[in-house]
Amino acid sequence: MNRFLENLFLPPQASTHAKVVDDVFLFVTWVNIIFFIIVAAAAVFFCIKYKRRSANDRTPHVTHNLTLELVWSIIPLFIVMIIFFWGFQTYMVARIAPNDAFEVQATAKKWLWAFEYPDGTRSINELHVPFGRPVRVVLSSEDVLHAFFLKDFRVKTDVLPNRYTEVWFEATKPGEYVLQCAEYCGKDHSKMLGKVFVDSKADYDRFIAEGPADWKTMPPAELGKMTYEQAGCVSCHSLDGTKGQGPSWKGIYGQTHQFNDGTSQVVDENYIRQSIENPQGKIVKGFEGIMPTYQGLLREKQINGVIAYIKSLK
Amino acid sequence: MSSHAVTADHDSHAHHDPNLQHHFAEMEQQFECSKIGMWLFLATEVLLFGGLFVGYGLMQGQHPEAFKSAHHHLDWRMGALNTIVLLVSSFTMVMAVWSAQTNNQKALIRNLILTIGCACTFMVVKYFEYSHKYHEGLLPGAFYSYTGPHQNAEFVFFSFYFMMTGLHGIHVTAGIVVLCYLLVQARKGAYNASYYTPIDLTGLYWHLVDLIWIYLFPLFYLIS
Amino acid sequence: MANTVTSSPTKTGTAPPHLNYLTENNTLKAWLTTVDHKRLGLMYLGAVMSFFFIAGALALLLRLELLTPKQDFMDSATYNKVFTLHGAIMVFLFIIPSVPAALGNFVLPLMLGAKDVAFPRLNLASFYVYCTGAVMALVAIIGGGVDTGWTFYTPYSTTTEGPVGLMAMAVFVLGFSSIFTGINFVATVHKLRAPGMGWFQLPLFVWGIYATALIQVLATPVLGITAVLMVMERAFHIGIFDARLGGDPVLFQHFFWFYSHPAVYIMILPGMAIISDIIPVFSKKTMFGYRAIGFSSVSIAFIGFLVWGHHMFTSGQSDLASAIFAFLTYLVAIPSGIKIWNWLATMYQGSIDLRTPMLYAMSFLLLFAIGGLTGLYLGAISVDIHLHDTYFVVAHFHYVMMGGTVIAFIGGIHYWWPKMFGKMYNEKLAAIACWLVFIGFNVTFLNQFMMGSQGMPRRYWTYLPEFQRYHVGSTIGSWILGFGLVMAAGVLLASLRKKEYDAGDNPWGARTMEWETVSPPITHNFEGQPVLRHGPYDFRVEPTPATVAGGRH
Repeated sequence: MNRFLENLFLPPQASTHAKVVDDVFLFVTWVNIIFFIIVAAAAVFFCIKYKRRSANDRTPHVTHNLTLELVWSIIPLFIVMIIFFWGFQTYMVARIAPNDAFEVQATAKKWLWAFEYPDGTRSINELHVPFGRPVRVVLSSEDVLHAFFLKDFRVKTDVLPNRYTEVWFEATKPGEYVLQCAEYCGKDHSKMLGKVFVDSKADYDRFIAEGPADWKTMPPAELGKMTYEQAGCVSCHSLDGTKGQGPSWKGIYGQTHQFNDGTSQVVDENYIRQSIENPQGKIVKGFEGIMPTYQGLLREKQINGVIAYIKSLK
Repeated sequence: MSSHAVTADHDSHAHHDPNLQHHFAEMEQQFECSKIGMWLFLATEVLLFGGLFVGYGLMQGQHPEAFKSAHHHLDWRMGALNTIVLLVSSFTMVMAVWSAQTNNQKALIRNLILTIGCACTFMVVKYFEYSHKYHEGLLPGAFYSYTGPHQNAEFVFFSFYFMMTGLHGIHVTAGIVVLCYLLVQARKGAYNASYYTPIDLTGLYWHLVDLIWIYLFPLFYLIS
Repeated sequence: MANTVTSSPTKTGTAPPHLNYLTENNTLKAWLTTVDHKRLGLMYLGAVMSFFFIAGALALLLRLELLTPKQDFMDSATYNKVFTLHGAIMVFLFIIPSVPAALGNFVLPLMLGAKDVAFPRLNLASFYVYCTGAVMALVAIIGGGVDTGWTFYTPYSTTTEGPVGLMAMAVFVLGFSSIFTGINFVATVHKLRAPGMGWFQLPLFVWGIYATALIQVLATPVLGITAVLMVMERAFHIGIFDARLGGDPVLFQHFFWFYSHPAVYIMILPGMAIISDIIPVFSKKTMFGYRAIGFSSVSIAFIGFLVWGHHMFTSGQSDLASAIFAFLTYLVAIPSGIKIWNWLATMYQGSIDLRTPMLYAMSFLLLFAIGGLTGLYLGAISVDIHLHDTYFVVAHFHYVMMGGTVIAFIGGIHYWWPKMFGKMYNEKLAAIACWLVFIGFNVTFLNQFMMGSQGMPRRYWTYLPEFQRYHVGSTIGSWILGFGLVMAAGVLLASLRKKEYDAGDNPWGARTMEWETVSPPITHNFEGQPVLRHGPYDFRVEPTPATVAGGRH
């Protein structure tokens, strides 16, 4: 029965903390089921049993019953206090990360997640963590409020500007999990998704060395498309020619871009690379220079992929 | 409980004061009702300012040094003068209510004029204080252009200063308008010992406006 | 005493049309400048119901867009504006004024045996202030729309484009309308009770409205100042909510929820109050634990001021604060639970007549039980961390707000409709509409509980494909719900086409004072000053007949 309720209501348990939270959840569920059945059964039963027979029905004049009222106040009080203490205690457990935790810095901005690893490696919208260690993520926002939500790990925290918040978790099995933004942050709030990869030691080292494994086998344009979607390019650059925060990528390869400072340049490999690594260097006429640099955020393969992808967009 | 009968039909038209509204049975009920309404309104005023006081308190807790240094831009003598002016006006307001209760029309008019005079004095002093801030560039928010030391840290202090004293100033101005209306009515002889509700209620309002200033004064001018 | 109690409406319904508050001086000008609480109540009723159907239509659009994960017919920017409007209109223009301003205005003085509320002109002012706020909100909508969510969280609200400032000022203005109503009702209950009516002979509807009015008076100013601060932050960058200037964005949330949590009780207490009046009447049995219900309203109002932080468990507030807020939150569960038990105990051994208002009361009982019980998850901090800002929360507060307040409101409209207009609606059709609403509501929101606890965040325009089945269910439910509500409105409005006042003065056999005048009431409510002859739920005595002598013209 518990298994049934878990499947009905809860996502898979993938962290040590998930089990702890789910136990409280299931306890409350049982309390709810029992109380709801009492209320509903009584209501339905009374409606049938005491159905009005005639307009002259006489009913007993009972104004109160102290014993009964105390009973139905104190028993629920007792139960909710159990829930309160249990909920608070399990919350406190999840507050303090173990000292040996693997630490990642995360920055949220409209509408992407950027991660920085202990060795300085950076990644966007995908977080790789080694399996078998507790992980502590320290979060801050560059603009508005966001929230870092890993449903399979049952952790969530708001991400605030000019302040640090943190979550920690220890995954129970390697795999790929969804990261969602859970605090409304504007237009692409619902697309502010990321992935958390809980890697085996070998996979994690490989990631640090050369990026995710499947990049190797991927055609460059496809890697570029993925980068476009995951690194946040999609929020500002359209593919269908409509004007976003930045110029559309449709058919720009080979065109000539006019810049704010009056100069112009043909869009070629070098120009694209420059625009990724130093976006403030040349700003296309009619746009604001709001793009952050992606230097160090994208690996060599990804930049080549983006170039190939832009080439492919006719 | 079934026959809780009190004699029915109390709809007597015996003593019908022209100031009695149709849905009240007697003047006293109407007066008490108005008084409850006024106290509730004052409660909303307290909470309105309360929000700002809490915000100020929290911000001061976060930047105690900045708030301390910022308050040196305020002249405590001006604040103290205004405090005295308002206290006097509170006294004249009490006298106005008492004059109405004792049917002393002349004293009523005199005390109302004195109260209005004090209120206007308060606003004039406030004007000089504000224009001083204006010249120093200590206006709130986007208009803040002060370039002396601690400029960033004192920023929020002046936001609160202008919000709170400004809101208080609006209340003083509203008080002046209402008092002027009362004065006009009083000259027509509208108030007497049996009907002085508007004077009484305005008095309550006016004391609250004073009271809020008495909290604002040390909060901004006398940080130690 | 003639045995005309509880007879069906058609028997007593042959009264010739009498001059009443609807027909006397029935010109547009007289309506627009009226200080009659009954007319103002009806005008409020018309206004809030219009906004209810507008915001409801927006909800149907949202649900339709969410039928599939991809873009169906609105882009994400439009979606964000639509959900903001749905929330803002529902909360500020509909639910908060709904029961107090519409039903409260109409019923409260009648229940007290008064001729009007304490300050009739303030009442009229309140209505026009409401209209001003509504117009400001509409201008903000037409002038580009607002995409902050109804909660206006900073720093998003202080940086996003659009007429956010105007919308916030609309909320500020609407707050004044709410304060005026609150002041009026508190003074009315204190000073305008009929002779012989002590505090414990008040109908429970009055107790509920009284507790609500206190919250309106004490909490709304804080919302007002919060809205002003937010607008100042937006317009002048005063720095209070801006972390870069030394302010604190979370402070906004504290301010906001200091009002908006008590506002939840502004919404639900009147709903409970209606139910507390319907259940004894249709069970023909005195209210069990009258004092417990009255005091529970007041204690809910009081504790309600101390629990705002439970909206902020993930916001980074201190653990101690979270613990205290969670603890106090659970204390609110007790008085709410007491009410449910008392209602059930009232039905026990009663003489239950499942007519339309009672059907709504039963819907309320079940839906509010679910709404309240699911609150237990959200007070358990560790579970709340998982559920916060997911559809679980959305479903929870819809069960409380819609399943609770709105269902009670509609039930209340059905209950007092014969008093308001003197005409009885088609009860069979009204009952079918009630069932449709009940079924549609559950289909819509039970799905949202499941997807929410599965991890579907709220305010999402697109979503992971695994959630689609729940969204499809929820959208289908919303159609049933929408159809049921339109049908209920149609059935009520259709009754107005009747030529005669066929409802009777006291069609339900109630013992409270509003039934001791004719239906519809005369302009001054009662012939002479009524006095209390029996308790509000004393079914051992026959109801006092309406004083008709000279009442029928």
